[in-house]
Amino acid sequence: MDFTLKIWRQENAKAKGRFETYNITGISADCSFLEMLDILNQQLIDKIEKPICFDHDCREGICGACSLYINGHPHGPDTGVTTCQLHMRKFKDGDTIIIEPWRAKPFPVIKDLVVDRSAFDQIIEAGGFVSVNTGGVPDANAIPVPRVDAETAMDAAACIGCGACVATCKNASAMLFVAAKVSQFALLPQGKIEAKERAINMVAKMDELGFGNCTNTGACEAECPKNISISHIARLNREYLTANIS
Amino acid sequence: MSNFLTSSIGKKLIMSLAGLFLVTFLLVHLGINLSLIIADSREPFNKAAHFMGTNVIVKALEFVLFGGFLLHMIYGVVLQLQNWFARPTRYKKENYSQTSFFSKFMIHTAVIITVFLVIHLFDFYLKAKFFGDVPLVVYDGKDYHDLGILVIEKFKLGWVVVFYIACFLLLAFHLLHGFQSAFQSLGINHKTYTPLIKAIGVIYTIAVTAGFIFIPVYVYFWM
Ligand code: HEM
Ligand code: FES
Repeated sequence: MDFTLKIWRQENAKAKGRFETYNITGISADCSFLEMLDILNQQLIDKIEKPICFDHDCREGICGACSLYINGHPHGPDTGVTTCQLHMRKFKDGDTIIIEPWRAKPFPVIKDLVVDRSAFDQIIEAGGFVSVNTGGVPDANAIPVPRVDAETAMDAAACIGCGACVATCKNASAMLFVAAKVSQFALLPQGKIEAKERAINMVAKMDELGFGNCTNTGACEAECPKNISISHIARLNREYLTANIS
Repeated sequence: MSNFLTSSIGKKLIMSLAGLFLVTFLLVHLGINLSLIIADSREPFNKAAHFMGTNVIVKALEFVLFGGFLLHMIYGVVLQLQNWFARPTRYKKENYSQTSFFSKFMIHTAVIITVFLVIHLFDFYLKAKFFGDVPLVVYDGKDYHDLGILVIEKFKLGWVVVFYIACFLLLAFHLLHGFQSAFQSLGINHKTYTPLIKAIGVIYTIAVTAGFIFIPVYVYFWM
């Protein structure tokens, strides 16, 4: 398959970026999107040009490192997958593919397609954890958890923190991410102890970092590679409200 | 609590409560308007308008209404500005995801509704309240403002009717997203109730918009 790629190139955080056009030919339909970029980078290196920087790590959809806003969609046109799991067969031969970095004030571009997502780490530090004492491993079934709650918490825990929700949201809101993290703990007995401070502190941090306000457009849910539902956002709203009035 | 009112979620909560209050207000307003064309005379309409203008409880509610509008509008504008600032560099190829279509135009429909509101206030509310140049009519030996005739005169003008209808179609856009969105903002999201809320929102929007639009059309063509 042959493609025309329009890729955002930016030397560093301060530099002014621009789109560069690259033509790539002879790509297998079974090639993953990142492998296609690897091939392009090898060609650039062979020509003694600077390769394109992009984030990746596990390449199996579990780490949340890969990103890329591809033809108007974070993680590309396929649903329920990350960019590393996206295959070139999802495109048509001869397509023009526009590749952009995540765009949001709290996610500044570091270089080319790589953005600084440490804002998410700061939100997690504000409350996305349970405090446990060190010591022996507790008995697995000592604390009973209703099955539905366990399943719903697990759905929320599927969030890999990739930032696609922010990238796709017209408001650059991080609500789905924060909602997934708050939900995951709010449903479990271990998380309930710190539920109040968690909701308040994580939301405060999210606002402070300059993410937008959620207006319930549902774009995040549609684009989330882990199909996390906005019902978790409603739970966050409840958690936040009750934390503030109790 | 002070942090709550300025937080992203707190703002949406205030907006949703104010928005739902406005949703009920629209129903009341529509009911009164319909009395103008349902009855043979303007008497029920003028009396209802008089009641709304003089009753103590309604007058108190009027403050709540203006407060509700102001809160909704101020929070709405602040929210939107912050949301624009949150993405200083826009995408070359914008979002094409299949999401709630009307949610993308809330601020745009809001601007039109605001323009309409200002015109509307000058045309009727402020006229009746302060300027006094409203014709009078006597029912049972008592003077009433004949607001009904003002309405009918307005709706005999073709361009007024067209503008009015356009505004209400845009209000419908606002409500098609807003109604169900308000419940999500309040934390209400449920397997069975949310689809029900969405259905009620669509029915409400269609009914209210059709009701409001029917009045000028009726006055223009058949009165
Ligand atoms: C009778 C008139 C109006 C009604 C019934 C109404 C109703 C609503 C409702 C129910 C929402 C959803 C709130 C939420 O999701 O929490 C909403 C959102 C919104 N309203 Fe209104 N509204 C009206 C007039 C206005 C006006 C005059 C403005 C002017 C600034 C405005 C600006 C907004 C904005 C910007 C939003 C978007 C917020 C969001 O999407 O979350 N509205 N409206
Ligand atoms: S590289 Fe790990 S999720 Fe894509």
